[in-house]
Amino acid sequence: MTQQEALYKYLLRLGDNALIQSYRLSEWCSRGPILEEDLALTNIALDYIGRAQNLLQYAAAIEGKGHSADHLAYRRAEHQYYNNLITEMPRGDFAYTIVKQLFISTFEFLLYTELCHSKDEAIAGIAGKAIKEVRYHWTHSRDWCYRLGKGTAFSNDKLQQAVNDLWMYTGEQFEMGAEEEMLSAEGIAFDNKALQSKWLEMVSTVLTASNIQIPTESYMQTGGRKGVHTENMGHILAEMQYLQRAYPDATW
Amino acid sequence: MSTTDTQLDLWEVFIQSRPGSHYTHAGSVHASDNQMALQNARDIYTRRNEGTSIWVVPAKYVTASNPEDAGMFFDPSNDKMYRHPTFYKMPEGAKQI
Repeated sequence: MTQQEALYKYLLRLGDNALIQSYRLSEWCSRGPILEEDLALTNIALDYIGRAQNLLQYAAAIEGKGHSADHLAYRRAEHQYYNNLITEMPRGDFAYTIVKQLFISTFEFLLYTELCHSKDEAIAGIAGKAIKEVRYHWTHSRDWCYRLGKGTAFSNDKLQQAVNDLWMYTGEQFEMGAEEEMLSAEGIAFDNKALQSKWLEMVSTVLTASNIQIPTESYMQTGGRKGVHTENMGHILAEMQYLQRAYPDATW
Repeated sequence: MSTTDTQLDLWEVFIQSRPGSHYTHAGSVHASDNQMALQNARDIYTRRNEGTSIWVVPAKYVTASNPEDAGMFFDPSNDKMYRHPTFYKMPEGAKQI
């Protein structure tokens, strides 16, 4: 594996996480619990689509085959997507979406803080922009955890259920592939494993303050990073890729 | 007869478009606390780069003038031209005084 191939795959991984998370959040459009929250969630979705575009554009440039960001987003097959499984989980109820966002944003906060110092200037630039957005996503989901956790017995139950259901999808974020080992040795990527204890500390602080029990289960799902997805992914791609598949190269 | 109000509290939103300028009323949002009101205001009224700072104020603390008092409040000022600073000569080169 050359460094170029490693970088291409790493950028796809970061880009796919943003793309699929954006897709799931955008499903809240017109379905938010109140108008204000509808806009908040779709705003976050737009932050992610912007980040996905930057990352996939750069990935396409590194690939060097003349593809566009759109080509990478809409023309790949399921096994060529490397997003973490947690992003493709259905949007579920509001508590589920909030917990998912907290788990992902905490990881992204830690990762993108490090990537701001990447030796790859393009990655550092994208990270510098992303970290501001991530801080807001994190604050937004943290505050909702407080409200739901300390709200009523019903909202606390919903939040606890979401935490229990999603917990086994959190471990995959810290896995390291061969390409990440190679790139982090060069100071381009960062060692995901090194972020895990800090992630657990940050998440535990928020959940404890929300009167939520931290799951003790240690079994973790894995696969997305290798292109092996849950049954949700096929449904996402069927809808997301429909236009580009039916009308290749369609333009506005 | 009243129906149960499922909306959260109402907050008025004021946006400052650039540092040093005055805050302008932008609209209102629903929220259960001040942080949520700030975040909702940010998401609704500053998405297209409209602001550099936000104030949110519980709508219940806004005291409004009564439409019935409009005559007493506002009519006396509409025939007093001398209150407008139109009798000054603008110094040369000054855009505003």
